[in-house]
Amino acid sequence: MTTTDLFALSPILAMGSLCIMTMLGIAVRRHHATIATLAAASVVITLGTLPLAASVAPRTVAMLLRLDTYALLYMGLVLAATLIVIALSYHYWTLRVNDREECEEFYLLVLVATFGALILTASVHFVSFFLGLELISVSLYGLIGYLRTRRAPLEASLKYLLLSSTASAFLLFGMALLYFQTGTMVFAEVGAAMAAHGTKPLLWLGGLTLVMVAIGFKLGLAPFHLWIPDVYQGAPTPITAYVATVAKVAVVALLLRFVSDLRMAEMQILDPFFGFLAAASMLAGNFLALLQQNVKRLLACSSIAHFGYLQVALLAGGPFAAEAVTFYLVAYVTTTLGAFGVVTVRSTPLRDADTFEDYRGLFWSRPWLAVTFILSLLSLAGIPITAGFLGKFYAIAAGVQAGLWPLVLLLILNSAIGVYYYLRLIVTLFDRSTAEITIETSASGHVIPGHWATVLSLSVIASMLLWLGSYPGPAIDFIRLVVTDLATTALHARF
Amino acid sequence: MILWLLIGIPLLAAPLAWWAERLSSVAPRWIAFAALISDTLLSLWFWVFPYACDAAEHGRWLCETRTPWIPQWGIALHLGLDGLSFVLIALIPAIGLVAVVASWTEIRERIGFFHFNLLLALSGVIGVLVALDLFLFFLFWEVMLLPVYLLIGVWGHEHRRQAAVKFFLFTQSGGLILLVSIIALAVVHQGAAGSPSFDYDDLLGLTISSDVGRWLMLGFFIAFAIKLPIVSFHTWLPDAYEKAPTGASIILAGALQIPSAYGLLRFLLPLFPDAAREAAPIAMGLGIVGTLYGALLAFAQTDYKRLVAYSSVSHLGIALIGIFAMNRLALQGVVLQLIAHGVSSAALFMLAGALQERLRTRDMRLMGGLWASVPRLASIALFFAVASLGLPGLANFIGEFLVLFGSFRAHPWLTTLASTGMVTAAIYSLALIQRTFHGPLRVDRDLPDLSGSPFAVLVAMMIILVWLGWYPMAVFSATEPTLPFLHYLEPSTPNAAPWQPIDDPSTLLLQPVPHLPHGSAG
Repeated sequence: MTTTDLFALSPILAMGSLCIMTMLGIAVRRHHATIATLAAASVVITLGTLPLAASVAPRTVAMLLRLDTYALLYMGLVLAATLIVIALSYHYWTLRVNDREECEEFYLLVLVATFGALILTASVHFVSFFLGLELISVSLYGLIGYLRTRRAPLEASLKYLLLSSTASAFLLFGMALLYFQTGTMVFAEVGAAMAAHGTKPLLWLGGLTLVMVAIGFKLGLAPFHLWIPDVYQGAPTPITAYVATVAKVAVVALLLRFVSDLRMAEMQILDPFFGFLAAASMLAGNFLALLQQNVKRLLACSSIAHFGYLQVALLAGGPFAAEAVTFYLVAYVTTTLGAFGVVTVRSTPLRDADTFEDYRGLFWSRPWLAVTFILSLLSLAGIPITAGFLGKFYAIAAGVQAGLWPLVLLLILNSAIGVYYYLRLIVTLFDRSTAEITIETSASGHVIPGHWATVLSLSVIASMLLWLGSYPGPAIDFIRLVVTDLATTALHARF
Repeated sequence: MILWLLIGIPLLAAPLAWWAERLSSVAPRWIAFAALISDTLLSLWFWVFPYACDAAEHGRWLCETRTPWIPQWGIALHLGLDGLSFVLIALIPAIGLVAVVASWTEIRERIGFFHFNLLLALSGVIGVLVALDLFLFFLFWEVMLLPVYLLIGVWGHEHRRQAAVKFFLFTQSGGLILLVSIIALAVVHQGAAGSPSFDYDDLLGLTISSDVGRWLMLGFFIAFAIKLPIVSFHTWLPDAYEKAPTGASIILAGALQIPSAYGLLRFLLPLFPDAAREAAPIAMGLGIVGTLYGALLAFAQTDYKRLVAYSSVSHLGIALIGIFAMNRLALQGVVLQLIAHGVSSAALFMLAGALQERLRTRDMRLMGGLWASVPRLASIALFFAVASLGLPGLANFIGEFLVLFGSFRAHPWLTTLASTGMVTAAIYSLALIQRTFHGPLRVDRDLPDLSGSPFAVLVAMMIILVWLGWYPMAVFSATEPTLPFLHYLEPSTPNAAPWQPIDDPSTLLLQPVPHLPHGSAG
């Protein structure tokens, strides 16, 4: 290991050591604001190491990790999302100062999960893949059930624990099968071995499918989506936002690299499987969302559908698919953080704001909050001038370019369905009948300390939504540049 | 620059009007009014000084501006104005003025936000009419729909929620199909030229295989058909028009039907002329079905606004026939008919609002005999009803007559069938007057007659219809220089060459027509 390697690894090393610092910090001083600041500072410092790593990128370190600009972009996305989740968590926990729940370790777990996510974005090896994934999952077991005095979080946590470990078992078995066939755990070498082979043995295909099932589970693609609504509903809202963004972004980063390193687009063996996942997720997500009466569950179902759209883009294959997926993901993360951010702000000490009633007349009582929520919902629905529209534009363009007409038509159909339930929520915001009551309740809520962090993050998100939607040129250029890195570094995989 | 100003005035006035609600309850109204007045005057600028634009050479566009936006996708902020768009643009802020006046007394809560949506929708419509980049076109297309959804959903009458959602779902599904077709077109361009482009000029020069062209044409057609509407995609329309507040009904009927007809003329026909020619009999058939079916349903309505809504379906059927006749005469007719229909149906909805304000109902079974009680309102309603049925001497007549005249050469049988629509229009229009204003008086209260600004606005609209009825050359002379650039048009005179200079026989052919009403009057 050389100094250059250390430079390349600096984001991961920084995050790891800052996790330990935060842990020690909790031992020294158990104080909410201090620990929250420490956690936020850790994320900012790690963000600061990204340019350092970029100066030596691309570099493969110890066979396990490849730090190229692609990985660094996703790291940046993961870290930015974590920062916003920490700001939201601070808001969420200050609402509950009377609960006497020790909330400091919450931040530690968030940092550890993010550490896992960083590893996942850079991993090119089954070991680092599994390590990163488990770091995220194990931290999430604790985070989802953190409000242990309540019933719903515990139920959600248990459900996630059981299903997630099953998925991990699938993953391990799939990896074992692939290793058995190829004798290597490096993605690119697995790919090369597969390409060298003319016919694909069934065992191989089985291994690959099992790995994909595990990834599908983590992304919440139908038919592996059953945990999504319950976990989204039960988890504390900032953690819902975390599960919806950071945990999934990292897995998508890995999936893209996995697909590109294994050259699956050229082999096309799993195309029907992917197509099925995409179609099933779009349909299941949207039809389930139509039935929801709970805002968090509705957003959960919509996320199932969104990863279906993402699959359409992914299925298109080639560098354009990577570009489309990355842009879609950036837009999706921004949007989802906005939506769950508003849900966090609307929450009360007793419960999360997850019924439609909590939002009735919000537009008239707290217009700016409502505007942020509306922007997020419109972006989820894919209405122009928001980031979500360009994301959808990319997905459709990728699908059209690859000639995936059935999936593109399904995507349109589903977007139209999606518009219906997003509008249902938007109309509630404008409802005038009980507007006065909501004004009354919101007036009683006192201004909490650290409110500026929430306000700042929500306004950053809202302006990001508009900026990506109205002037995406620079972002597209940047993503294009980074994605070519993904394609070229795949060639010299080891060292 | 001046094109951005046209879009920008209502766009910037929108948040201002919203904010001004804090000052007083009339401030948003006056801001909206001032913005729309200045926008109207600005659009009339082109009419008075058609050569006053910044572009030195007047090729295809009177006025054109272009800035790169998303160069990676070949998307630019490309706006252009020609004769076809500017006569329609002049109408949009004027209809907006009518809507503002009609809402003056009706909208009493959340006034600022109402005018915000109103101005935003109009700005979207104007944007649609000048956008020459298909991505930008789609953007404005969506910008005009969402505010209308809110107008219906927040200020509408009973069951407004369902009507608003239905409106948005229909138009949004159409919009998505449009989006896919636009993207597919850009991808075809990428296949041919190496890079994607959404620019109108680039796409016009594209050679599209007939099979692809057919599918893309279908995509565009469905999107515009839903919005126009064409029968079988029309079910959102009566609900939306009926449940909307008066101001929104006026916008819907007067301004929002124009972009879809314009889209057919500007994009569908020039981009896919061959596919469109193939599909013309089907489209014209749909137009005829729309005309007759709309008229039939209009006659059966008991609700005043629903009747006018169905009459709108009927009239737009005729516009569709004219669009797909694909010749110059019919095209001129379509433009005039769109303007006349916009004005007359906006007026009829304004009258509906006035009646509802007085009677607290739109049910015509509870009206009757109002002629004696509100003579001014009744006589104005009679004027617009006969305008809508196509009385010679008014603009609607010229428009529909030219459409039928123009399409007769191409499809004589279909046109003959379509002309029965003029008869059915007479039936439901007179039924409207009969049920509402004649017969025994059913209301025992004293009702205030029309007066003040609503009256003035209605009179102004009457003047416009009469003026265009007697002097339609005002519109034709504006659209006429554009015609040579619409290459898909068949020459309407038998011995004319396909590409004609401006001073060509089609002008001569148009000459006698404006004099027809002169003849009948004199």
